[in-house]
Amino acid sequence: MARIADVVIIGAGIQGCSAALHCRQRGLSVIVVEKDHVGRHASGVNAGGVRRLNRHPAEIPLSVASMHIWHGIEDLLGDDCGFRISGQVRIAETPADLETLKTRAQHVRDLGFTHEEIIGREELYELVPALAAHCLGALIARDDGFANPAQTTRAFCRRATELGAMFLEGCRAEPPRRHGNVWEVPTTAGTVQAATIVNTAGAWGDAIAAALGEPVPIEPVAPMLMITDRLPAFITPVVGSASRYMSFKQLPNGTALIGGGTLGTADPAGNLTRLDLPGLATLAEAARALFPIMRRTRVVRCWAGIEGQLPDGIPVVGPSSTEPGVFHAFGFSSHGFQLGPVIGRIVAELIADGQSTLPLEPFSIARFAAHKQDTRLKEAS
Amino acid sequence: MTAQAQNFDLAILGAGPAGLAAAAVASELGLSCVLLDEQDQPGGQIYRGLGRMAARLPDRLAMFGTSYQRGLPLLQGLHAARIDYRPGTLVWQIDPPGRIWTHGTGPVEEIEATRLLLCSGAMERPVPVPGWTLPGVLGAGAAQIILKSAGLVPDAPVVFVGNGPLLYLLLSQYQAAGIEPAAVLLTGGIHDWAGGALHLPGFLASGALPEAAKLLAALRRSSARIVRQVSDVSIVGKAAVEAVAFMSQGRREFIPACLVCLHEGVIPHTQLTRLIGCAHHWDKQQHAYRPSLDRWGNTTIEGIQVAGDGGGIAGARAAELTGRIAALEAARALGRLTEDERDRRSAPDRRKLARILRGRSFIDTLYGPRLARRPPADETIVCRCEEVTAEQVRQAVREGCKGPNQVKSFLRCGMGSCQGRFCGLAVAQIIAAERGVPMDEVGYYRIRPPIKPIELGALAEMAEV
Repeated sequence: MARIADVVIIGAGIQGCSAALHCRQRGLSVIVVEKDHVGRHASGVNAGGVRRLNRHPAEIPLSVASMHIWHGIEDLLGDDCGFRISGQVRIAETPADLETLKTRAQHVRDLGFTHEEIIGREELYELVPALAAHCLGALIARDDGFANPAQTTRAFCRRATELGAMFLEGCRAEPPRRHGNVWEVPTTAGTVQAATIVNTAGAWGDAIAAALGEPVPIEPVAPMLMITDRLPAFITPVVGSASRYMSFKQLPNGTALIGGGTLGTADPAGNLTRLDLPGLATLAEAARALFPIMRRTRVVRCWAGIEGQLPDGIPVVGPSSTEPGVFHAFGFSSHGFQLGPVIGRIVAELIADGQSTLPLEPFSIARFAAHKQDTRLKEAS
Repeated sequence: MTAQAQNFDLAILGAGPAGLAAAAVASELGLSCVLLDEQDQPGGQIYRGLGRMAARLPDRLAMFGTSYQRGLPLLQGLHAARIDYRPGTLVWQIDPPGRIWTHGTGPVEEIEATRLLLCSGAMERPVPVPGWTLPGVLGAGAAQIILKSAGLVPDAPVVFVGNGPLLYLLLSQYQAAGIEPAAVLLTGGIHDWAGGALHLPGFLASGALPEAAKLLAALRRSSARIVRQVSDVSIVGKAAVEAVAFMSQGRREFIPACLVCLHEGVIPHTQLTRLIGCAHHWDKQQHAYRPSLDRWGNTTIEGIQVAGDGGGIAGARAAELTGRIAALEAARALGRLTEDERDRRSAPDRRKLARILRGRSFIDTLYGPRLARRPPADETIVCRCEEVTAEQVRQAVREGCKGPNQVKSFLRCGMGSCQGRFCGLAVAQIIAAERGVPMDEVGYYRIRPPIKPIELGALAEMAEV
């Protein structure tokens, strides 16, 4: 017999778990279908940055709203999620960097937001004394921070479960079929029926979209991370640089986590990632250049998660452009973790109220309508 | 760029008996061959320090027995062969089939080889009992390394706990150095002899008897208190070892100790085959995971072979043979040898190998793990790096964790610098027992590079152009 719910959510990463929680808070019955286990991919193994700093302008309203939820995350989930307000800084290493960051800060202010500001050299070295001597200043978001991604994703899952959501792990969803107003999702654990489908399948989200006749040009990518031995506490903020692809933070247990840009190879079909050694070397070089004291520290482990990258670098969030009763939230392009809390709320708003209180136009799947035609042409030729 | 790519037909990882024997055959067949070894001296664990000792302190060789000296021809073969031998070289990442990243004293280097032969050997089976993480508890292997490399011997009461040939070997070596332990607590016992008897004919035919008899003589000779069939062992102490507690014949006993050699045999070292993604399976008889190999040592990944104890425990003599056989197969795969020629040349080695393997069931049954057979008690620390207890792992399973990688993300066990070498087996055992499923269904940690930690600066230098 088919399982029946108001909403079936495909993919139990942070977006799916948050959507499940917020849907339950709206009184909707929820089944979450997950082919592996909760937080298995990007949501469980990302760098854990909780960052509004340097977001795409379209994402700023969502990111700011999400940060409000983050600052009350323990009350919401009954778990501190390892969330620390550490501040995030983006360093200027050259005069050109500093100009770029100043322009950026002005742009954000012009949009009506106040969370990003420029700090000078003196304040930068007060905040980050271990920094190499050549830096000139930074863009800072003082109330940004970081959290433990696996712990956070599980906490959303746990809270949603307490509120009555059902999670089916190790259960793969096949393309959905619509019968009138009812969606049927065939899965490896039987059919699930619901009025509404939520696609939070991350790097695998395009398969569902394509089955609904709205393919997107998603590219599976594997952002790489490395973690070191434990060190005495020497830095509080999360540090990035305008001139390098790197994000650096020291975790509460003393280990340093270095990530932020270089990519391995993702194989979503095999659930595998392959690391790119020159890319790891670039990360190590960036960390050493900014923090000379790291030179003799040992790298203990390197890994990568599988993320869905879209060409414009922002996700698909919103209703399907082809089918009723379907909502997408995937393709977060390696920066979806901080948005997780608000994306769940947006999904619940879209389902229960028919609209969101936040501006979603830039995230519409319709922006890839041209891709659909490309795909058709390719198939025809 | 400091990292220089270099190309070989065959890269052999590990210069123990399997790697040395394989290198000799490969070089004889004209393969260009690099032999990478983490140790500074060839010989692996079994022949550790042999070359240096034979050259400088030949008198001391007798202390380690004739089986130790058997490695000398292998070491001499290394000098004769045209092999690019690189000691002190850690292989810390492999991108299959043949890109290898190494780290020695200098910067990180990249090597390319058409085929890989992994001869990573064995590692001591972790024996997680309460107190096993206290200072003063050593594996027997570690105690032997100290003896072989530095000739150091402890001057405080030593207690041997466990079973297996290596424990007896260590005892005989300590005796030769003039040291008697205070007690030898054997976790095997009479019931094992009953099980082992089934396999006795094979063992007698294997030719291992004289050696085994010599080792057992060490036990008879010993003035130490010998206690058989001990169970429920725990190591007691506040900041360091103070005593060993155990059950024997229904009674709880304590023996004071400052140093405890805790040993229940060896298991295949599978970090590299795990890193590469080769398939593994659970070997019930050896109570360990091992890579799934065909009769030529081919793994499930094309171009990657395994020889020696890393493919399943069979000892040094078998390792030599599987090393030679694997090298012949590598030559065939590279087109340097016909299939018929490979078969013909390997036939004598195969016969010898079959004889040795017939004796293996007896040894496995007699010296199988006892303390480490069952999942550890709740209070036992299983992950030493992150101090995670067996109870925490059980709790995580109750919360829905189905495999080691989920437990790792829940509790951080296996995330430390050993990457689960100490806790992987125990965590898998706990999960299997709690869920009531076979070990093969539970699986193992995903192993990530670097296999062992490397300095950030060394990695960074690879990026300098």
